[in-house]
Amino acid sequence: MSIFPIARITLLEAARSRLPWLIGLVLLASLAVAGFLQQVALIEVREVQGAIIAALLRACAVFFVVLFVVTSMVREANDKFLELALSQPLPRAGYLLGKFLGFAAVAGVTAVALGLPLLLFASAARVSAWTLSLFGELLIMAAVSLFCVLTLSHVVAALSAVAGFYLLARSIAALQIIARPSEENIALGPRIADWIAHGIALAMPRLDRMTQSAWLTDSGSVVVHDLTSAAAQTAIYVALILAAALFDLYRQEI
Amino acid sequence: MSARPVRDVPMWVRACAAAGLAAQIGWAALQPHPSATAEDLPQPPSPGVARLLALGEPVAAAKLAMLYLQAFDYQAGTRVPYRKLDYDALIGWLDVILGLDPAGQYPLMAAARTYADVPDPVRSRKMLEFVYRAYFADPNRRWPWLAHAAIIAKHELKDLPLALRFADALEKNTTTPSAPLWVRQMVPFILADMGELEQARILIGGLIASGQVRDARDAEMLQRRLEMIEKRLADQSSKPSKPSPQGAPERSLKQP
Repeated sequence: MSIFPIARITLLEAARSRLPWLIGLVLLASLAVAGFLQQVALIEVREVQGAIIAALLRACAVFFVVLFVVTSMVREANDKFLELALSQPLPRAGYLLGKFLGFAAVAGVTAVALGLPLLLFASAARVSAWTLSLFGELLIMAAVSLFCVLTLSHVVAALSAVAGFYLLARSIAALQIIARPSEENIALGPRIADWIAHGIALAMPRLDRMTQSAWLTDSGSVVVHDLTSAAAQTAIYVALILAAALFDLYRQEI
Repeated sequence: MSARPVRDVPMWVRACAAAGLAAQIGWAALQPHPSATAEDLPQPPSPGVARLLALGEPVAAAKLAMLYLQAFDYQAGTRVPYRKLDYDALIGWLDVILGLDPAGQYPLMAAARTYADVPDPVRSRKMLEFVYRAYFADPNRRWPWLAHAAIIAKHELKDLPLALRFADALEKNTTTPSAPLWVRQMVPFILADMGELEQARILIGGLIASGQVRDARDAEMLQRRLEMIEKRLADQSSKPSKPSPQGAPERSLKQP
């Protein structure tokens, strides 16, 4: 048994879980919001529409992928699918990578589907960059969700951990800025707060620099560097989290 | 669920985890350090958008926005602080934050004590005017910051008409007993500094006669001040050709 049937089953599960319907509903809602914004915005109508809808779609995409990964893994655990899969000639790494491959495909379809309406408000090149970055962000979140659900086993605990991780990853740069003491301030307390913020930042992906709405609106900005940076961050973080998830899976008594 | 020992984890998985962690830490360490320079201060959101973004937690959003705002140019450690900060944008932010949390004192404290206290008269005046405007929305809560603004106008900017305008607003609008007497007594002192001795004498005399001053030390200080003004008036009347003094004001107010 190779990893591809596992990935295919995961993709099939997504197709049958009404995720496509949900994505369709979000697309319709985003068009409705675009119409509303067109009525209320006085200037830069396309920029206003693009920025607000992109932010909404980004949040929806992350929410859908995380929810799907967590509920899918918990359902499999409850159905004893993991035990069944591991009774086949398939190593634990094969099972995990197969699942991740399936989730990555779901993330790819979600990113492309939710990136499409942005073509109404920005150029194809900008939307492509935004969509690619969203795909990277979804891959990271899928890997983190997989790790959390394997470790914590329960929906509420796993979703809470993933939500906390996502909020922290999106706000860690702002926290670093706030925690940074002034040059004149030599008190130990602010210095310790600064070191803690830096320590946390070393272990977090910089999601605040990925999938930015500004890429769709800033006419002069160059996104090539941002894109390569996002791709490198995705590759490193996904590798790290999958290795951590594998580590945990190999330690579990199944 | 019971856990198997670490030695049961294949070596390549352990190596991948260690390599991944090292790569992540190395990558994060190589990234530019996030910092907020003065030029990065964006234009503030409109009050409506700010309220929408607050997601029903306007007070928390206001506190967070204030922490965010103070990070700009705060670390510069330059001789002229906030010299690159766009004060119009800054005032817009402070206005939005006050709108989210009208009872909060932080924005006006920062405006009066930090952003107005800069060696740049144009920026300082802008911030003082903001404090003055904001004061009227809640005089009994915001009087400390307008009083501080009056002191900056008088002693730092040496702009006595501006200080008089602030003092006049404080006198007419601050009614809370928690405000010390000197807050409502600033007008005659500034008038005296401006050379309007006759007006100052009438106001101080009226204040003493009204019986509002109950503290013996305050009453004594006012009496001394009245006597000084009367002496100056007497000097002026004996030397009518001498112009009235308009020079640097004395530090006659008790600091808050």
